[in-house]
Amino acid sequence: MMSIAVDALGQKIIDRYQKGFPLSATPFKDIADELGVLEQDVIDCVSSLQQTDVVSRVGPVFNHKKAGDSTLAAISVPEELLSEVAEMVNQFDEVNHNYAREHKYNLWFVVTATDQQHLKKTLQAIENKTGYPILNLPMEQAYHIDLGFKLNWS
Amino acid sequence: MTELNDIQQQALKCAIQEGLPVDPRPYQVLADIIGSSEQEVISCIEKWINSGLIKRFGLVIKHHKLGYNANAMVVWNVSDELVDDIGERIKQSGLVTLCYRRPRRLPNWNYNLFCMIHGKDRSQVLEQLEQLREVCQLNEIEHDVLFSYKQFKQCGGRFHKQHPSSPSTPSTYQWNIEKKAVNHG
Repeated sequence: MMSIAVDALGQKIIDRYQKGFPLSATPFKDIADELGVLEQDVIDCVSSLQQTDVVSRVGPVFNHKKAGDSTLAAISVPEELLSEVAEMVNQFDEVNHNYAREHKYNLWFVVTATDQQHLKKTLQAIENKTGYPILNLPMEQAYHIDLGFKLNWS
Repeated sequence: MTELNDIQQQALKCAIQEGLPVDPRPYQVLADIIGSSEQEVISCIEKWINSGLIKRFGLVIKHHKLGYNANAMVVWNVSDELVDDIGERIKQSGLVTLCYRRPRRLPNWNYNLFCMIHGKDRSQVLEQLEQLREVCQLNEIEHDVLFSYKQFKQCGGRFHKQHPSSPSTPSTYQWNIEKKAVNHG
């Protein structure tokens, strides 16, 4: 996939505001003041980052543990059935990430639910739907989580 | 100032999980939707950040759109006595984006420590992994590298029922990454 070019203002906004987006009445104005540009430039820039899908949203990343319960799950699927089974898994609203990975367990997805019981039921439903047993790997301890990591623009 | 009631808080969670409106007064727009004041919306989000319900609040990036096309989940089989120690070491290295402990599931799965390495291509990720093994003294530890090669879905965790006017649109991407034999010694 071709990567999308981001202009200098976009790079600055991404570098500075993956965390700590201003919680004031006029956040885009605050950003503009800090970066020395016009409010409209910031609004246009963020809109364009969303349109090109570089930015999926400006908003919260919820703590799964506090917002409900979640787990990392994997199943082992014959390669030729992978897309088909992935689509079945995607049908569940509780699934928010779903990747193919190079391993005997080749389909990896994250399931989030409002509580543990709902999570269990969802895993069971996915097993029933796909016909494959799930490897259920709930997080026991987080040492480090930083998906708002520093990007290398070069 | 009054606090948002439960129904308003629920409605606010629903609204912001889809992202803030790109508007000069985004919190006012949200306040209008849920029937509260702008300041109440801001205070409520602040409260969620302070309590840890919200881990971070800002631009959520799709890294692969910026050329970060390679990501590997590296899994390790570490003795239970050492796992916390090594988890901390890996965190300190600054070379990974995530590091978690998860249960083993014997006999099918004997790895208990997970970390994620992101990079622009496979060789960069493998280079970073070599650095990690060196810096954190992990050379003796059994591990496996699971590169992703296709993304079927990625969206923020949805804990709250959708607002009827904003149906979820699960996205399916095909990554044009050639699947190659895993090359990690």
